[in-house]
Amino acid sequence: MGVTEAILLTVITAATPLLIAALGELVVEKAGVLNLGIEGMMAVGAACGFAAATLSGSSLVGVGAAVLAGLALSAVFALLVLGLATNQVASGLALTIMGLGLSGLIGAGFVGTNRDAIPPVYIPGLTDLPGVGRLLFGESPFVYVSLALALGILWFLGRSRAGLTLRSIGENHVSGHALGLPVLRVRLYAILFGGACAGLAGAYLSLVYTPFWSPGMTAGRGWIALALVVFASWKPLRVLFGAYLFGGATVLQLHLQAASIGFPSQALSAFPYVATILALVVMSVGERKATGAPGSLGAPFVPDR
Amino acid sequence: MRHLIKAAGAIAFAAALTGAASAQEKLKVGFIYVGPVGDFGYSYQHNQGRLAVEKALGDKVETTFLENVPEADAERPIEQLARSGHKLIFTTSFGFMEPTLKVAKKYPNVMFEHATGYKRDKNVATYSAKFHEGRYVQGVIAGKMTKTNTIGYVASFPIPEVVSGINAFMLGAQSVNPAVKVKIVWANTWFDPGKEADAAKALLDQGADIITQHTDSPAPLQQAEARGKLAFGQASDMIRFAPKATLTSIVDNWNDYYIARVKAVLDKTWKSEDTWGGFAANMVNMAPYTNMPDDVKKAAMDTQEAIKSGKLNPFKCPVFDQDGKEVPCKGQGALSDEQVLGMAFYVKGIDDKLPK
Repeated sequence: MGVTEAILLTVITAATPLLIAALGELVVEKAGVLNLGIEGMMAVGAACGFAAATLSGSSLVGVGAAVLAGLALSAVFALLVLGLATNQVASGLALTIMGLGLSGLIGAGFVGTNRDAIPPVYIPGLTDLPGVGRLLFGESPFVYVSLALALGILWFLGRSRAGLTLRSIGENHVSGHALGLPVLRVRLYAILFGGACAGLAGAYLSLVYTPFWSPGMTAGRGWIALALVVFASWKPLRVLFGAYLFGGATVLQLHLQAASIGFPSQALSAFPYVATILALVVMSVGERKATGAPGSLGAPFVPDR
Repeated sequence: MRHLIKAAGAIAFAAALTGAASAQEKLKVGFIYVGPVGDFGYSYQHNQGRLAVEKALGDKVETTFLENVPEADAERPIEQLARSGHKLIFTTSFGFMEPTLKVAKKYPNVMFEHATGYKRDKNVATYSAKFHEGRYVQGVIAGKMTKTNTIGYVASFPIPEVVSGINAFMLGAQSVNPAVKVKIVWANTWFDPGKEADAAKALLDQGADIITQHTDSPAPLQQAEARGKLAFGQASDMIRFAPKATLTSIVDNWNDYYIARVKAVLDKTWKSEDTWGGFAANMVNMAPYTNMPDDVKKAAMDTQEAIKSGKLNPFKCPVFDQDGKEVPCKGQGALSDEQVLGMAFYVKGIDDKLPK
């Protein structure tokens, strides 16, 4: 296996959790809700996924549990911001803090437990192809799911009636409501979808990427996913590109170091955040109001008041 | 009159009660951890020390611990322990240094012990461990076990403790294998399993066949195991994560030190001092040597024994820096403690530029 192929493989593993979590958040934000709780939901997903997989002995059960856990936590968030119209920023931050604490509690009994990673896909013949076999046909199932998600969301937001409804509510919930669109119900579904994605990303961390549980193992990936949505100016394919760019930057700098090519490693560690700020600057200098942020993003909605 | 007698009786009774309580009162000892006790690494080992104290002196002491204490907000929890009657408090992370000193000034009758720091006071002692002794032994093992003559080192931050670890590792490896090379990757984190795993992968992809780490998660070990390569664990015995890849782990051992210091308070012989112990003080241990042939195991044990007995110092002079210049020898036949504690250069043979 050549070094280039090895680098690409590692880039994909590093990018996948960012991609899954960011795609979920993209849908939430497109519906006009800002959920800053990704980090917490990912952590709970990672803990529940690992716990369930260890107890049941089945990776599939683990993944299912992680998705449900992310979903359940996002339901709490939905109750607060939709049901009680609380401040979304404060509720999201609270969700992260709660999720990190809860994950430690759930995972406490599983610290120090080892598990085999969910194996990558293997298709006889195709996976063995020289050069591209492993890259195209030998990835983790999560990778294919994340790519399908990206394309699915692209189609849903751009081409489907339900997607247009969701976007219009995100742009202006008052108009949407006046048209008779079920603002709160659509937002509820979006929030739950975002929670499920964050849970799935968490499962990837604790079952594939580094198959063990330890408190704090998300290590800020939820925040990078949030930055990624802004960086991508709320467009699914740009999220895909951005996830691979952010993942690629991390992995490439590690390889540069291993190859003893002098490069300040701290600079590339800050890359995702710097890139997001730069992207924002470029976008807002280019055209007015072109950042692509949904119009009602972050604003609470109380029907008929 | 009857009331008066009753009241007097009550006061006498209460006085007797408190008297009895103070006679039986146990010494309260507090511990502050930066991470969760379940990290199976640094904080876990400190907690093992606390449990050892309870086991050894359980009839005379009572211990309390606070975990996950953020370094930026440590003053409040430390003071909370001091105020609630703890007479000896261990603060176990470098970042607790200033808050510990601040609280210690307010509570002159409480004894404090700060791990890995360098500032002391009348009632503040410091302690740390010579982890670089363990790194030297690892270097000897790696130098003998590597087939590609390339060893991967996942490092956290370029602080003296980490740099002296890298140097000790390299000197150990060079002592048995002059052709050995060490590739270093700075992960810029103490704990990020994903990034640590990627760093290990990058090193393995570039020809390393043994991975060692100065970050806290078992992820690099798992990567070595998955690729059928070898690796060393960090802070606690991590063999459960990589039964076929683990050569040994450096194990922090605070048990004896904590028991000794608690005893000193009980005997009223406690003094503020600085303790920096290695193998000899039993503050650094090696997990069992596994997955290596007997001759390598023997070499490792001999090296450990030589360091323990004082026959061998990992930084024995002459030490050469990267440019081949001899480093001034300020200790007795070896670099001085200050030189090791403030180390900011690579030794000869390391093919990397130290980040500034």
